[in-house]
Order: sequence, then structure tokens, then C-alpha cells
Amino acid sequence: MDKQKKLVVWAVSAVALLVLPLLLQSMGNFWVRIADTALLYVLLALGLNIVVGYAGLLDLGFVAFFAIGAYMYGLMASPHLSSTFPWFAAMFPDGLHTSVWLVIPLGAAIAGVLGILLGAPTLKLRGDYLAIVTLGFGEIIRVFLNNLDHPVNLTNGPKGLGQIDSITLFKFDLFGIPGINLGRFLDIGEYRINSVTLYYYLFLALAVVSLIICHRLEVSRIGRAWMAIREDEIAAKAMGINTRNMKLLAFGMGATFGGVSGVMFAAFQGFVSPESFSLMESVMIVAMVVLGGIGHLPGVILGAVLLSALPEVLRWVSGTFDLQSVTGGRLDPAILRQLLIALAMIIVMLLRPRGLWPSPEHGKALRQNGARAQP
Amino acid sequence: MEILLQQIINGLVLGSMYALVALGYTMVYGIINLINFAHGEVLMVGALTSWAIIVGMQDAMPGLPGWVMLLGSTLIACVVAATLNFAIEKIAYRPLRNSPKLAPLITAIGMSLLLQTLAMIIFKPNYKPYPTLLPAKPFEVGGAVITSTQIMILALTAVSLAVLTYLVNYTRLGRAMRATAENPRVAALMGVRPDTVISATFIIGAVLATIAGVMYASNYGTVQHTMGFLPGLKAFTAAVFGGIGNLAGAVVGGILLGLIEAIGSGYIGILTGGVLGSHYADIFAFIVLIGVLTLRPSGLLGERVADRA
Repeated sequence: MDKQKKLVVWAVSAVALLVLPLLLQSMGNFWVRIADTALLYVLLALGLNIVVGYAGLLDLGFVAFFAIGAYMYGLMASPHLSSTFPWFAAMFPDGLHTSVWLVIPLGAAIAGVLGILLGAPTLKLRGDYLAIVTLGFGEIIRVFLNNLDHPVNLTNGPKGLGQIDSITLFKFDLFGIPGINLGRFLDIGEYRINSVTLYYYLFLALAVVSLIICHRLEVSRIGRAWMAIREDEIAAKAMGINTRNMKLLAFGMGATFGGVSGVMFAAFQGFVSPESFSLMESVMIVAMVVLGGIGHLPGVILGAVLLSALPEVLRWVSGTFDLQSVTGGRLDPAILRQLLIALAMIIVMLLRPRGLWPSPEHGKALRQNGARAQP
Repeated sequence: MEILLQQIINGLVLGSMYALVALGYTMVYGIINLINFAHGEVLMVGALTSWAIIVGMQDAMPGLPGWVMLLGSTLIACVVAATLNFAIEKIAYRPLRNSPKLAPLITAIGMSLLLQTLAMIIFKPNYKPYPTLLPAKPFEVGGAVITSTQIMILALTAVSLAVLTYLVNYTRLGRAMRATAENPRVAALMGVRPDTVISATFIIGAVLATIAGVMYASNYGTVQHTMGFLPGLKAFTAAVFGGIGNLAGAVVGGILLGLIEAIGSGYIGILTGGVLGSHYADIFAFIVLIGVLTLRPSGLLGERVADRA
């Protein structure tokens, strides 16, 4: 593809992505909601791709960082802390209503630091051992979220945190600018943009930024170091790569994405509970990365969009055709969804073991220095 | 003191179940380096099948003695689960044997989800009571109570382990298994058929998992389509704990894990003054795992299958 053509493709897809929610909105908020969820999963999958795809560290507990981000925002933007702790209410009588400009970096930082902390004890482990340990971490975090309503009610246990603020953008109390509340609609002249559509644009912006970061990482020295570790850890070490720091960096960077998407999830849903952060969720994110094409950004995005949007579409299909009554109550939308995800995981892997859209060359690190792919 | 003894008994019973399931994980891992995530679901299929057969038998031949029903249903369930596991390996894992490592892992996870979903469709999602077929007679040992069901579980585990040890150490199949685990190519040159050996491994694993599933059902009295998930996870943890690929390690790991879990959940309330309760029981497995792997990354007994099997 020459440069001009490429530019046209980029421009067309950019316009399409910007117009998409407006079209969907006219068909009902349900469809925009699906697009929002898909973008959140793109964010998560991009994060996990850094850990699994680039550095080759199989992480089955990735959802823990998603949960940490979500609970962090849940605590910072809901009345829970003020209503539970008098001393907190004394300090912040109206509760903390944290600004998004603080929330995103903070969520990223906390998740990133925890990613490094959780990664540190696993450095010596390889492959499957790592998988089971990270899985254990994910479960430990979930058990704590589920039980920390006693003796100190921090997470409100299985009941979860509700009444979480929606995000307000561009709000400046100092100048009296009210800002855009993403939880409500926005009127531009006669045209009304729904709340879910506003979130779509926020998530899209984050996804694009993440994509750029991921791409830059991939072609950087750090990215090459990660891929060298993925291909052959001992050789990488012999070549002077500090494998310990690089692995920790991969854990930290990946977790950052998880934390940010968790924050977004909490703001979007207005409610978080331990149920959203089960092992199954981790497994789904791994499946997105692997099914799409591990280590290959377009593939990862494809996997995330397919696996997150398809089930929702199926839910609609089974609702429309009333499968539940046709099959005598045995097949409800949730079961159908699970069945098809399971079949998709098995069949796609059997037919295309390297993913639906695998990266064209295996292991960039193996390419010779300066030998760029011919345009 | 009675609490400790009681928890040791409970832990041994729980641990012997983990051990049987862990053996299936560890054998498969030792030979084809795959975490067979669907293994816990094989336990579930075994238990649900035996439940369905027992319920059917109770309807058709109500006069049959309990132990006949239990034994008969377990045998049939073993056959069903073994056939299933054989088919799973052939359809989902064999074609991927030379693929990138993550591919079979994802099909295994998909298979686990598929089996759970199918079981939910076939058996409905509710909890079903598993009939008490043997008289659960309690015996008192130094202040603690052990039921006849628990004694049966311990005895059955011991017998299964003895049979498996004999199989692996003293039969042609066992030698072929050890050879394949060590090096499939060289084993093939020596006249071993790796595919046959791998199929046999899956069949043996399914039988052990079914026995564990029936034990689990008899001990807790309920069956349901998600019942295999957590025991499967814990059993895998046990296998890693003992050193995956190592049969003795799986048994040691399973029993230790059961003991730690039972004693831990029995004492956590007392030790922390009621701050943490027994609902934290599930995380002991993982905390122990992380601790052990941090200090000794290849597990308690090391990882080589052929050396020690």
C-alpha cells in the first residue's frame, strides 16, 4: 500500500468510528452499550497483550487489576466511605467526587504498582507455573473483595458498591464551567447525544491512546527486549537484557491498562461487585488475545471486539426468537452465550492455532537490524 | 485438641480427593505439557453420571442394596468419563500437539466451559441431592468423629494409588508412559506408540477423577454442574505444589493441601480473634502455592516424571 492509500484508509476508518455510535444510537442505546463494552475489552486486551503477547508471560489473573481500578474509583466516587466511616464523613461531608483527570493517572499508577508487586515473586517461574500462580492472585483478590465487609466494611462484600458517580469532563469550579457530565445527555443545538454515546467517545479516545502506546512500545527497544525474552529467555539474558526489570515492566505496564479500564468500567456501570471479576473474566481476556492473534495489535483488537460483542448480539437473537420457550427453558440467552463462546474457543483454535489474524512475522526480535519490512 | 484431630481427619479426606484429581493433571502434564483445564469437569461429569444412574436404579430396582448401586453407578460413570476424556483428547488436543503452546491451553479452557454448559443444559442448573447409599456410621477416635463414608474414601484412595503405582512401575503400559514422558521421539523409536500411551493416560486420569467425583458427592451430598471447577483448580494447585509431572508429588501435594486447608479454616477464626472467618478457606491453597513456588519453583518433590514415577 502506498502512503496515500494508507492515509485514506485511516481517514475512512476514523470517520466510521466517530459516526458509528450516532448510527447505533438511533437504533437504541442497547447497541451503543455493546460498542462501549467492546471498547473496554479492547483496552483490557491491549493491556494483557503486553504481558502475554510481547513478554510471553501467561497471566491468568489479569482481571485483578481491572477489579482494583474499578474498586478504587468505586470508593473514591461513591458515598460508601462517607456513609460507613464517620471520620471520613467529617473530612469530606459531600464525599470525594474525584475528577477524571486525577482518576485516570491514579488508577493507572495504583494498578501498575500492584502489577509490579504481584509480578515480583513470580519472576523465577516459567510458563504454566506462572499461569497458575497469577490465577491464584486473581482469586485471592476476589475473595478479599468478597469478604472485606467485615470487620471493616471497605468493599461492602458481595453486595458491591453502588451509586458511583459518572465521569464529568472539563469541569472547572474556579471559572464556573459546569463541564460535560457523561452520565447525562448532551444537547448540541437540536441534536441530542446520549450518555452511552458520550462514554463511547471517552473509551474510544482511551483505546486510541493505548493503541499508540502499544505500537510505540512494540517497535521500541523495550518491545524488542520483551520479545527476545518471549523467544528465549536465557539467550536474552546472555545478550545483556535485564530480564528481571523487563518482566516487571511488562507486568506493570499491562496492569496499568487493566486499572484504567477498571476505573472506566466502574464509572460506566455506576456499580461494582466481586461478581464482575471472576476467573472466567480473566480467561475471557486471555481468550481474546489468543483467539485474535497473540502479539499482533490488529488481531488483539479483532479478538476483543468479536468475543465481547458477539455474545451480546446472540443475547438479542435468542431474545427475539424466544429460544427459552422453544427449548422448554433449557436454553436461555446466558447459556447459549456460554455455549457459543466455548465452541468458538475450541473451533477457532483447531482451525487457526495462531489466531484469527496472526502477526505476519513470528518474533520481531529475530529480524535483522535495519531490515525493515518492504512497503 | 479435638478440633485439631477432627480437622486432620477432614483434611485427609479432602486431600485424598485432591490427590486423585491431581494425579490426572500431573500425568497429562508430564506427558504432553498441557494444563488440562477440563479435568475438573471430567470429575463433574463422572459424579453427575453416577447420580443419574443411581436415581434411575432407585426407580427401576428399589430393592437393590446401596453398595451395589454405588459400585455399579461408579463403574458405569468411569466408562462414560473415560470415553469422554478419550474423545476430548482426540478431538481437541491431538490436532494441536505441534501448535504454539497457548493454543491447546485455550481449547482446554473452552472444553471446560463447554462441558459445564452442556451439563447445565442436560441436568438443569439446580443442586441435586446425592443419595446416601451406605450407612454413614460415625466412629469416635480420640474425641473426633470419622464416618464410615470417610473411611471408605480413605480406603478407596489407598487402593487407587496402589493400583496406579503398580500400573506405572511394573507394567508395559507404565514403562511406555514413563518413556513417553521422558522423550516421546525416542520412545517412538523404541516401539512405543505415543498416541496410544497418551490416550491411555487420559483414560486413567478420567477413571481417577470419576472416583474422586463420586467421593466428593457422597461426602458433601450434592451434585451440580459447577462442582468440578474449584476442586479441579485446587487439584492442579496440589499437582504444582508437589512438583508437576511427578506422581508421588501429586499425592503428597494433594494431601498436604487438604490438611492445610482444613486446619487453616478450622483455626483462622480462633487465631485472628474472629476477624477473618472460614470463608477465607479457598485462598489457603493459593497462598501456600505462591509461597512454595517462590521458595522452590519446581515444587516440593521436583518436576521430573520419569525419575520418580
